[in-house]
Amino acid sequence: MIDFLIPVMAAAISAATPLLLAATGELVVERSGVLNLGIEGMMLMGAMAGFAAALLTGSHLAGLLAAALAGMLMALVFAVLTLSLSANQVASGLALTIFGIGLSALVGAPYVGQPVPALPKLDIAGLSDLPVAGPLLFRHDGLVYFSVAAVAATWWFLNRTHAGLKLRAVGESAQAAHALGHPVIAIRYAASLFGGAMAGLAGAFLSLSYTPMWMEGMTAGRGWIALALVVFSAWRPWRALVGAYLFGGVGIVQLHAQGAWGLPSEMFSMLPYVATVLVLTVISARSQAGGTGSRAPADLGKPFRASR
Amino acid sequence: MRLELVRRPESPWFGIVAPLLAVALTVASGFVLFLALGLDPVETLYQFMLAPLTTFQSLTELGVKGAPLALIATGLAIGFRANVWNIGAEGQLIIGAIAAGGVALAFWNEAGWWILPLMLAASVAGGMAWAAIPAFLKTRFGVNEILTSLMLTYVASLILQMLVFGPWKDPDGFNYPQTRLFSEAALLPVLIEGTRLHAGALVALLAALAAWFVMARTVTGFEIAVVGDAPQAARFAGFSTRRTVWLSFLVGGGAAGLAGAFEAAGPIGQLVPVLTPGYGFTAIIVAFLGRLSPPGIVAAAALMALTYIGGENAQITAGLPQAATGVFQGMLLFYLLATDGLLRFRIRLTGARSPRAAQP
Amino acid sequence: MSAVPPRLALAGITKRFGAVVANDDISFSVAPGEIHALVGENGAGKSTLVKIIYGLLRPDAGVIRWNGETVAPTDPHAARRLGIGMVFQHFSLFDAFTVAENIALGLDAAGDRRALAARIASVSASYGLPLEPGRAVGTLSMGERQRVEIVRCLLQNPRLLVMDEPTSVLTPQEAEVLFATLRRLAAEGCSILYISHKLDEIRALCQRATILRAGRVVANCNPAVETARSMAEMMIGNELRVTKRMPSDRAPEKPARLSVNGLDRPAERAFGVALRDIRFSVGPGEIFGIAGVAGNGQGELMEALSGEWRTSAAAAIAVDGAPVADRGPQARRLAGLYTLPEERNGHAAVPGMSLAANTLLSARHHMGLTRAGVIRRDAARRFAQRIVSAFDVRTFGVDVPASSLSGGNLQKFVVGRELLQKPAVLVVAQPTWGVDAGAAAAIHIALADLAREGAAIVVISQDLDELLSLTDRIAVISGGRLSRTLQTAQVTVDEIGLLMGGAEGETRDAA
Repeated sequence: MIDFLIPVMAAAISAATPLLLAATGELVVERSGVLNLGIEGMMLMGAMAGFAAALLTGSHLAGLLAAALAGMLMALVFAVLTLSLSANQVASGLALTIFGIGLSALVGAPYVGQPVPALPKLDIAGLSDLPVAGPLLFRHDGLVYFSVAAVAATWWFLNRTHAGLKLRAVGESAQAAHALGHPVIAIRYAASLFGGAMAGLAGAFLSLSYTPMWMEGMTAGRGWIALALVVFSAWRPWRALVGAYLFGGVGIVQLHAQGAWGLPSEMFSMLPYVATVLVLTVISARSQAGGTGSRAPADLGKPFRASR
Repeated sequence: MRLELVRRPESPWFGIVAPLLAVALTVASGFVLFLALGLDPVETLYQFMLAPLTTFQSLTELGVKGAPLALIATGLAIGFRANVWNIGAEGQLIIGAIAAGGVALAFWNEAGWWILPLMLAASVAGGMAWAAIPAFLKTRFGVNEILTSLMLTYVASLILQMLVFGPWKDPDGFNYPQTRLFSEAALLPVLIEGTRLHAGALVALLAALAAWFVMARTVTGFEIAVVGDAPQAARFAGFSTRRTVWLSFLVGGGAAGLAGAFEAAGPIGQLVPVLTPGYGFTAIIVAFLGRLSPPGIVAAAALMALTYIGGENAQITAGLPQAATGVFQGMLLFYLLATDGLLRFRIRLTGARSPRAAQP
Repeated sequence: MSAVPPRLALAGITKRFGAVVANDDISFSVAPGEIHALVGENGAGKSTLVKIIYGLLRPDAGVIRWNGETVAPTDPHAARRLGIGMVFQHFSLFDAFTVAENIALGLDAAGDRRALAARIASVSASYGLPLEPGRAVGTLSMGERQRVEIVRCLLQNPRLLVMDEPTSVLTPQEAEVLFATLRRLAAEGCSILYISHKLDEIRALCQRATILRAGRVVANCNPAVETARSMAEMMIGNELRVTKRMPSDRAPEKPARLSVNGLDRPAERAFGVALRDIRFSVGPGEIFGIAGVAGNGQGELMEALSGEWRTSAAAAIAVDGAPVADRGPQARRLAGLYTLPEERNGHAAVPGMSLAANTLLSARHHMGLTRAGVIRRDAARRFAQRIVSAFDVRTFGVDVPASSLSGGNLQKFVVGRELLQKPAVLVVAQPTWGVDAGAAAAIHIALADLAREGAAIVVISQDLDELLSLTDRIAVISGGRLSRTLQTAQVTVDEIGLLMGGAEGETRDAA
């Protein structure tokens, strides 16, 4: 049993990593009061750019940098529209997704079907050979560890630094933060770019590690699931980690269960999406019933213009 | 130096100028993009934007592709006006098509006049039922409708696949994942002989007209607009946000479901694993490009239909990937949102010592 | 003047917003340790001037001198570095954050958390402003929130403290405590710029006053030698209209038009107030006032009266004897109960819609503005036209958006919209909030006229002066409970102040 479970759980951690990277980025974005629905588009651009750069330069590092940069450029477009030009955040995010799906497919067309070596697994001397924990926790590639470190760093930044306090303040009441002299728009730009870089890396994890190849639309809705995870996490980094691993687990279980009990495989493929709807419902019902601490940032999605 | 935005007085011209400017900027960007991809930009743009307008056949194709876009966007626009974000129209379209297809397949060897109306009714009911899920979850539990309606699109798509790969597969179809061809009685009448332009185009126009009347002239339309503009004022007036959410989803879902029936019983004539090139998502852009107003939506739907046909054209003649269509659509919406902002605000460059009171 | 340069001197400050001149050539100075009043009506330009001093706005012309040196604070950080502290009228606080976090956000050098908590404790103890650093600000009363703002300023050792309408959220007793703190700060050499339109407290507190009208300085005076009336005349610019109303001669045996019988409402939002056992009744021709400090349940009560919040206990609210508490706003209007919320923009009116469309919000049924669900646009325009002429609303027609009207004119419009429908009962919140004196007087007169025609009127207001001049009887809401009812003619400000602080026993009269 354990021989079966360990690879499944290790695979779940791997499947969770792109969700976690993207959700951590979006969590920071939303804490600053910005709702960017374009994660799917940013992830795809990151996946494509990361793959192409790794293929052309032969360097994984170059691939990761290109992915983060591509995600940031996409986020910049979004930020200019919504922060500088006060465009509707929902519409802009949707446009970003549609644009990202199209542009990544267009620019990425020559790379379809090309092979690239996967990100190397880090062999940590001693730890990788531990029984159970070794194959479960210590035979992943660097991005997996980076994603966990990013959660810890994000928690520390938001809760323990003055800059993090300012970022939360901007998301809580942009007017009040402005009145105190905090640069609302600049902080929101910075948060948005961070979210873009993380979404780009999430995409690169898919195209350089999870399934080392590029194909159109390869994110398959993971950007949207990451958005749902942010709601699930109640805007707290560690809960996003728990949620991502749960969702990663659902994804892997449905893969392994395909065809079981004679049911059509599509029924299992639906599981992650149905699970997302169910989880969102439970979370919302609980916060509606007066649950504490799951409150969204008060100014989330509201455009800000300094009043005179 | 800093950019400073100063609000300008509203002018009715903005509503027309911004979309035109957005189209112009999209064309200019397309020029640069094609150049970067090593294509002849003039020729590719011609194939993309103008060639479809040069033959009668392709003009009717504008109607074929524009009709579902206009119909869905008309429905969605009502919700968007009320700040209800149904972005799962693609899923509602699929369920509508499944419902219509189910009727068609159940009576595939009969020839009653009632088959087509029954299919259309079933498609509306199916689209509404699928849209009712996010509406219920939002009004009952406060669940964000953006995420639920989108997730349900993936589910709907998988249900369709499950059916056409499984129980509904054409028994004489050499194992292809598709249903039987619908019988004659289950197909939409064609408006112009020798083209694919079907009666759905007329229905889309009528729906736009009806939506325009409701939004501009009735208390219900006023209620939707107030809920969207000022939810507190809506409560003061005694308008129900809950009712508006339901109305938005049912109208949007019903319209999308009907569009699904039109696709299945129109140009396709059967159910296949992928019914549309993403009309349900493109309709979101159509709704915004058309300023959420039905007349604008009809015009925007024609323009979007052009990008689909032009995309196919350029695919054949210039080897441009189909994805170019999505890029154009995304750019169009970006530029619309940007020109909107630029027209609503005057840009002022202020001196280097200006404070951060830059955003008006 | 002594050799010491003024702490703050303004010379020729001018600020335009498009065609509007908000500040026109404003000059005055504040000496070290002086408590200086900046007086003016709403819209006189006080807030703009304060934002310029605090670096939130840049003047188009003019010079600011700080201790004799020309300065140009480009943002609040720069202003704070100079030693300028600011307590806003609308607090710049974050409900979800703790007191300590809120204070840290107002400091430029955020030190160690524990050190900060210790400094908060010591400053708040030494000035008699007790605070718990770990409490969420959303759970604090208005007075406590103001304390957070003040302590935030004091931690930076300000040399000038700007207070914008600080007593609008305080009971009279709390205001006295605040004045003591301010006097002590001034004695320690800190200058205070005190912004208010309450003339009595300026006379009690300030050594000098600069009076603004329509963006210009109209007078510099010593408030101690002026009367409230003479300052008011300078502020408003013409003879003061007094709207003191004679108490109505309501016969007590007449049945109540509005009766609220034990209305309960649980707290809904995270930082909301619960209403408990609210009871009062208002007869024909009577104006009933509900006083109280902001945030004590006024908003919740207003929603419960308007029907935006409903209860299944239908009899909790009755109009002319008919229970309505389970009905929505439109059904209540049909029963004769009309309401007008405090916020004009986005609540009583949709800013982006035309005046004609805005009539549909509350008058679509009673004034016959729709037929079979279709809007009669001509009828709506005609009704809007009637409001505009009957209430002297200054507007370019009825097709302009509501947002194009000034606050006072829009308020006259929405008041007119309800009054022309001849309500049996009208409940208004803050009817003259942010409204110029002329419009305020017109609104008061219109309300008095409506009462004379036999309607019952409830005025929920934080402006005691307004309530004292307008109402027949008065009660105070505090912590979601309504006090006993007092006859306005016999009440003293002290008495109401005690009730506002929640110092009331459980006694209530039956009225």
